[in-house]
Amino acid sequence: MLYSEKVMDHFANPHNMGEIEDANAIGEVGNKKCGDIMKIYMKIEDDIIKDVKFKTFGCGAAIATSSMATDLVKGKTIKEALELTNKAVVEALEGLPPVKMHCSVLAEEAIKSTIADYYKRQGIDPEPIVGTSKSCGDDCPCDE
Amino acid sequence: MIYVDNAATTALKPEVLDKMMPYLTSQYGNPSSIYDLGRQAKAAIEQARASVASVLGANANEVYFTGSGSEADNWAIKGMAHAAKGKHIITSAIEHHAVLHCFEYLAKNGFDVTYLPVDSHGIVNPDDLKAAIKPETGLISIMAANNEIGTIQPISQLAKIAHEGKIPFHTDAVQAFGHIPFNVSDLGVDAASVSAHKLGGPKGVGVLYIKRGTRIGQFMHGGAQEYGRRASTENVAGIVGFGHAAALAADGMEEKIKKVSSLRDSFITQVLNEIPKCRLNGHSKQRLPGNVNISFDYIEGESLLLLLDMKGIAASSGSACTSGSLDPSHVLLALGLPHETAHGSLRVSFSENNTMQEVDKIVKELVPIVARLREMSPLTE
Repeated sequence: MLYSEKVMDHFANPHNMGEIEDANAIGEVGNKKCGDIMKIYMKIEDDIIKDVKFKTFGCGAAIATSSMATDLVKGKTIKEALELTNKAVVEALEGLPPVKMHCSVLAEEAIKSTIADYYKRQGIDPEPIVGTSKSCGDDCPCDE
Repeated sequence: MIYVDNAATTALKPEVLDKMMPYLTSQYGNPSSIYDLGRQAKAAIEQARASVASVLGANANEVYFTGSGSEADNWAIKGMAHAAKGKHIITSAIEHHAVLHCFEYLAKNGFDVTYLPVDSHGIVNPDDLKAAIKPETGLISIMAANNEIGTIQPISQLAKIAHEGKIPFHTDAVQAFGHIPFNVSDLGVDAASVSAHKLGGPKGVGVLYIKRGTRIGQFMHGGAQEYGRRASTENVAGIVGFGHAAALAADGMEEKIKKVSSLRDSFITQVLNEIPKCRLNGHSKQRLPGNVNISFDYIEGESLLLLLDMKGIAASSGSACTSGSLDPSHVLLALGLPHETAHGSLRVSFSENNTMQEVDKIVKELVPIVARLREMSPLTE
């Protein structure tokens, strides 16, 4: 299996790795069974993602997609961040092996889940804004 | 590069290549041909057969060359199951996929399969085998040594139980042969699969040992090669290479076991001492001389392998991520490990070509890599 240079670069030197102490949004997706868990911390002010960091348990692709997805939403508005697709993450990484595509889906979900948490903390139902989760909750495709 | 993935494959020994070269160049005859060039190739095959047979403790006419260890497994399991009267077959939960997937195939085709569990060290309990045997049991196949965790099974005891029930016994000995004493007569097995490239021989050649009188169907139909039981023009150079590699592996085996085990034990001791929250998978003593399998809490195997690779260290993982599957190792799960731990294991397999300096170097690189991945992991406590 071959990773692109871009994937290897983000895996070897991940951007935005770590935690944000005063984060006002935290999301976690994936499960131990799949072997991929992404946790994202955001500091959101005036609907803008001022800072974002991640912690990931997973393969090279899981770490690289976490790094790229956080790069792509940093400094963006919530609206822009919600438009991030897994396809955009894959393209920015110059491709992923087919068997690792789920990692990009997980990264997209991780961003959405973090923003959903931001709304929940304010007592706002996130579902009309963020939508429902596509994958890798308790009914992970890996279980099939 | 430090190569410590000898359970995946080994470097071809230069002296083996030397013996193969004529059969890749001037000695190109078809062994089935009647003229001298063909007869010479035939003679070379028979010499190689005698060599492998001698190391196996078998008669030459019980040794059948195949295209790989996987082919030998496929032939043995399907051939013996179909030749048996009963439709119940037994194997273990930790077999290589070459065995496991044959059993799954047979299960879909009318066979009733029992998968024997293993204990927390990966060893099959002979009493479990005894209890699993039914009047209609037609085949038992249990591996000699495991490819991931290196656990060595009590094969002679298991084969004896099989024979008490008059059931043929096959063993996948791909990891054992050439690394530990493996004598089919002493062990009392009816069939055994082995492979050349695990012991310094070339890829693309294996052997199925079939004890005389064992009921087994034909695998490959066509010409009369391999006593009419496995058609295909022979891989002459590969077979010649296997013959020499087997003889070299058997030569001074005890010394090599001592050397390789000392590398293994030093690595295990250092890692367990220097890295917190890790565990050795498999049995501490009943294991292959070169095999180490260690799980590190909170981290995933593929990331570990990629970072080691960046440091010039070629190792492997119990995690099947490397093979493109999302499932964690069935072997580690069978030991009772939780999923997240089963995703985070490292397999290092030494050969006699490795040195103590290499062991120290791997440990030195491994410590910060594990620390770094743990820093990155949301599971780290």
